[in-house]
Amino acid sequence: MKDISLHLLDIVQNSLAAEASRVEISLKADNGGKLEILIKDNGKGIEKDILHMITDPFFTSRNTRKVGLGIPLFKASCERSGGMMHIKSEKGKGTEILATFAIDNIDRPPLGDVGETVSCLVMMTPEVEIELVITAGEEKFVFNSFEVKRQLGDVPLDNYEVITWIKEFVNENVNKMFGGVLNEITG
Amino acid sequence: MKSLAELEAIRNKAQEQINLRKNKDGMRVVVGMATCGIAAGARPVMNAFMEELKKRNIDNVVVTMTGCMGVCRLEPMAEIIDTNGKRFTYVKLTSEKVRRIVAEHIVNGKPVIEYTIGQFESKN
Repeated sequence: MKDISLHLLDIVQNSLAAEASRVEISLKADNGGKLEILIKDNGKGIEKDILHMITDPFFTSRNTRKVGLGIPLFKASCERSGGMMHIKSEKGKGTEILATFAIDNIDRPPLGDVGETVSCLVMMTPEVEIELVITAGEEKFVFNSFEVKRQLGDVPLDNYEVITWIKEFVNENVNKMFGGVLNEITG
Repeated sequence: MKSLAELEAIRNKAQEQINLRKNKDGMRVVVGMATCGIAAGARPVMNAFMEELKKRNIDNVVVTMTGCMGVCRLEPMAEIIDTNGKRFTYVKLTSEKVRRIVAEHIVNGKPVIEYTIGQFESKN
């Protein structure tokens, strides 16, 4: 994966496959130079006895083939950037993946186009509530796809104009929040 | 700076259009969005479909995603299912190829055979 936003798109697919009706993506830059990414869903969760296997690239819940690379790639990406990954899951309740990156590590991938990831997710699954929370220091930005839905009334969320608006709205706020915090974003 | 208030204008505009065309029986575009597809560039491909359709004001084409289509080495891939249910599988897509596919296949009904899986596999 070229950047973090592509990992996000990929990892959230797991939540959607687990029939989540709500997915929260949180991006947080703290003062200690750490970028924390949390993906939390209310999907069907992962059985205890397979939870430790899901970071293994040769484990997958699919039966079409023997590999599953989404989580292993994300894990490798944060571990080579001075971070780590934790996965918490409870059967029937949901799953939480926390990945950290050292912001100044030379191997940290750039954040990428978060707006396009969010708009893509909304377009693919307008029936799932997608929340994006960005925190930098004291400041916080929250995007919620269902809030947009309420504003729209009977106009569908996957209307092209709406999707474009979501992408631009999210990116403007990512730039505002992370400008000067992540070195690839000038703000 | 964008604000939620702008959605009001989008809503009003979209509502007028909804009343004009209620049929959703157009073509379907299905983009492969598993790890393999995403790593190969499926997101910009999906975005290109959406932008091109928006530019041309085509709103009876549904763009959706699916998981791994099974030929990871040919990603990004997309399938177009026409109104007769006939399927065309396009491989190794880029935004440029998508623009041509929208213009020739979706608008004019003439599939871009050279980008389809059969053609690609017989040449490579």
